[in-house]
Order: sequence, then structure tokens, then C-alpha cells
Amino acid sequence: MLSTLKGMLMTLRTSLRKPVTAQYPKEHLPLMERQVGFPALTWDADVSEPYCVGCMVCVRMCPTQCMSGTMIDNPHHAEGKSTRRKIIEEFEINLGRCILCGLCVEVCNFDAIEMSHEHEISHFARNGRRSDLPVLLEMGKKYQSETNWISPAVKKAAIAAEKAAAAPAAEAGETKEDVSAVADETEGEAK
Amino acid sequence: MVNMGPQHPSTHGVFRMVLWVDGERIVDAEPHIGYLHRGSEKLCEGELYPQIITLFDRMDYLANYNMEMAFCATVEKIMGITVPDRAEYIRVILCELNRICSHMLFYGTMGLDAGAMTPIMYGFRERERIQNLFEAVSGARMMHNYFRIGGLREDPPDDFAERVAGILPALAQGIEEGDKLLTYNEVFLARSRGVGVLSGQDALDYGLSGPSLRASGIPDDIRVTEPYSIYDRFDFDIPVGNNGDTWDRYAMRVEEMRQSLRIIEQALEQMPDDGPIKATGVRGIPRPPEGEVYVRVETPRGEMGVYLVSDGGDKPYRLKVRPPSFANLQALRPMLRGVYIADAVMILGSLDIVLGEVDR
Ligand code: SF4
Ligand code: SF4
Repeated sequence: MLSTLKGMLMTLRTSLRKPVTAQYPKEHLPLMERQVGFPALTWDADVSEPYCVGCMVCVRMCPTQCMSGTMIDNPHHAEGKSTRRKIIEEFEINLGRCILCGLCVEVCNFDAIEMSHEHEISHFARNGRRSDLPVLLEMGKKYQSETNWISPAVKKAAIAAEKAAAAPAAEAGETKEDVSAVADETEGEAK
Repeated sequence: MVNMGPQHPSTHGVFRMVLWVDGERIVDAEPHIGYLHRGSEKLCEGELYPQIITLFDRMDYLANYNMEMAFCATVEKIMGITVPDRAEYIRVILCELNRICSHMLFYGTMGLDAGAMTPIMYGFRERERIQNLFEAVSGARMMHNYFRIGGLREDPPDDFAERVAGILPALAQGIEEGDKLLTYNEVFLARSRGVGVLSGQDALDYGLSGPSLRASGIPDDIRVTEPYSIYDRFDFDIPVGNNGDTWDRYAMRVEEMRQSLRIIEQALEQMPDDGPIKATGVRGIPRPPEGEVYVRVETPRGEMGVYLVSDGGDKPYRLKVRPPSFANLQALRPMLRGVYIADAVMILGSLDIVLGEVDR
């Protein structure tokens, strides 16, 4: 008898609780900060061009080989507006084949590709999500504005500058050397 | 002769059994596997080392962190990399959380197999807490791709330790609640006690590992007998069963969740607040020296072994996986002989197989 009452009480308590289920297409749960969505290319608003220089490191790293691209000389560089000598001309990611592993983001040395928060990409055609450069940049711009994106390199430089200001000058010189050594190596790899 | 599966609601994946029956009793059984075969081992030969982690994620999809751990530990061993302390602690915490997460699903489906609907709700409630944490750490709920050879992809969020500590009491309570609900339930006991008995010697002969082996009374846990990573720094018990029946295999896992909580608590205490999360000297694509290595780790299902032959290149020459579920599944046949058809599903469930890893 007592246990029946206890059980009933429990049922009553749970039935009065607010439901946790979100009715999906109508309701969306908030995304986490680190949420991994499909990769997108970032846009450098300062010079109005993509960050991507078309080095193809990410293309080679992708485990599903779903990316491709070509590079051209950057017209902005000739005009002296940009520091990028080369720039991406065509880029395509077949988002339908992407497995969201994030390896492309990890190997990119130019902060040009980011895992955006885009995750609803269903399509009627099998290859309907072969996304080219404008689409990817659009996704990237959306992601950048949503998250107040700052290029990780800029962020790192800011932190390093802060540290350098705090630490004695000699140490700062050392860390700088380290950074350039790393850059050399990664460039070597890219080639 | 009865054909069970591959599309059977309770075969835990795409798995087919052919049962020879005499009335209600099973005379003989023959498991058929291979419906989920993706050729992962062969694929590994064509992928760079960092890319292989994504394949391991997809083998045992209920214990992704443990699988990543298995592969990373293998490459670290052949290359002689020492992983920084902080990274190891974070790895262990995530692995143990993943173990609880996986056992929670086992707990729920075990209830379902016995005909009880409520346990899976309880199990998923607890899983949700862990999954949310995983999502905050790695950005994904399942295929994390978070461990790296020599460390981790990136620092976990700043409030990682607090968040883990925050969900522990709720998890402990959830485990107790679930335990109270199902373990000594009269119907459940009647269905699982003395059913599908496997003796210790048989279990050894069939190469069982993990909780299924320990249920038969053999105290063998790789975390203790051959500690990898930093498991030798923690104090925890290995639960051992007496009878090797379905109930024992179930109870082992419930007890293991409690022990995992203990490990996490200790790890949180010992974890350094600050420090590198990736070994120095690992940059770019790793190229292990020529040679071969075998490493085993304890996943929620048992002994996961990775045998790696390297020819010095950036891709493995050969990679062989010794999946725990595959070996555990071998014992299904002797266990099924002589039981009722209705118990077959429960016995299969008690082995806690993941077909992704059986078929690779
Ligand atoms: S690695 Fe970065 S810069 Fe190079 S092609 Fe890929 S996205 Fe562009
Ligand atoms: S996330 Fe992975 S699968 Fe997707 S494009 Fe990048 S490297 Fe390829």
C-alpha cells in the first residue's frame, strides 16, 4: 500500500514537470559555442577577399576527399591592397560527403576555414550540397557575424603581445623566434 | 529453424541469428555477422595517421573516446611519445564518462529486452547529461575526433572541471535510482538468474573480455592488470560475478559505473589546472619508425587491441583491430543452447555488443 502511494507520488511529481523534449522542426535547442557544423570559408572584411590562399593543404588532409579547389594570382596583391600573393579561385566542398571531422580546419595555416554552426543541409538531390565558393563564403560570413569571429592568429598575437608586455624583453624575443620557426616548418609542409 | 534479424527490433544493430528450435527451446544457434562491414582495417592502410582517428570513432560508436584512446595510445607507444599529464587526466575523465554513457545505454536496452520500458528513459536521462558535456568539450555528440596523437585537439572549455564535478552527483543518484528500479525487480530476476550461464573456463576459452568475462568470475581488467595511460594512479575495484549468468553480466556493468565515478572523482582531484595538452615534438603528420606494436585498452565492452605495423611512412602498413564484441559474440552459441527463444534476445543483450565494431 505504502509503496503504491510512493509510486503514485513519483508519477504525480514527474507529470507536473516541464517537458524537456523540443518539438524539433518548430523549436531549436540553443547551439553550444563549440558546436561543430559544416566547414565554411571565412571572409576578410578588411580587404574584401577570402582568407583562403588556395594552398590545398586541407584538400589533401580531408579523409573523405570531398574538397577541391584552384588558386590564381591575387589581383589585390598587384594593386598593393592585400598581402596575399595568391588567392582561391574556385573551391568546392561536397557537404553531403563531409564527415565533420574538423581536420581541414586544423591544418589550415591561414584561418581560412572554420567549422560553422550550419547543420541543417538536407537536400532532395544526392549531390545537392556540392557547395562552391560563394556558398561557402556566405556560410562563413554568417558564422563570423554570429560569433563575432576574430581570426585565431590575431587573437594569439594579442595574447602574445599581452604576455610580452608583462614579461621581460629578452623572453619576448625568444618566443618570437619560436613562432617564426614554426611558421617556416608549416610552410615547408605545405609545399 | 527460425531466422532472427537482421531487422529485428532487439538485435542491437544489424545482426542475424539462425536458431534451430525444438518447441520453445533452442537446440542450436548460428550467428551471422557482416551486415555492417565497412572494411575499416583496409581503409586504415590508405589513410594518414590523423585521419585514422575518424575511422576509429566509427567502429565502436558508443564509446568513441575509448576507441580514440586505443589508436592514439598505439601510435604514441611506437613513436615513444609521452603525453602531458593534463592531457592524460582529461582523456581518462572523458573515457570513464564515455564508459558510464555506454553502460547507461546497456542498462536501458537490457530493460527493454526484458520487457520493461522505464529503464531506457532513466538511462537516456543520464546519458543526456554526459552527452551535453561531450558536446561542450568536442563540439559533437558522437564522432568527437578530439584525441590526437600526443594529446588533445584543443583545450577543453575553462569550466571543464567544474562541469564534470557538477554532473557527478546527479549521475551517482541516477545510477542508484536505476539500480533500485531494475536490479532486484522480481520479474527481472526470474528472467535473468541462471539464464545463459557461461563458466569461467568457457569464458576464457572463447576469449571473452570486459564485464562479460568478469561476470564469469575472472577478475581481469586491463586497466588494472596492464595499466595504460595513467590508470595505475587511481584506486578502484573490479567487480566480479559468481555465476556468469545474464544477471551477473548486467550487475557487473551497474557496479562498473560506480567505479568509473570513483575514478573520475580522483582524476578531478589530481588533475593539474594548467599545462600543455599536447606533447612537444609532434607536429604535422606523424611518421612512426619502422616496427610493430600491440596495445590493448579496456573499452566498455572489453579488451580492445590494436596491432600496428609501420614501414616508416605516413600511413600504416597494416593495422589489425581486435574488437571485444567480436570475441564476446563467439560465446553466444554455447549460451543459447537449451534456453527459451524468449531469453535469446536477453542473452544477446547481456553481451552488450556493438555491431559497428564486430564487423568493422
Ligand atoms: S588550407 Fe586554408 S588556405 Fe589552404 S586551401 Fe584550405 S582553406 Fe584555403
Ligand atoms: S570537416 Fe573533414 S570531411 Fe569535412 S571537409 Fe573538412 S576535412 Fe573534409
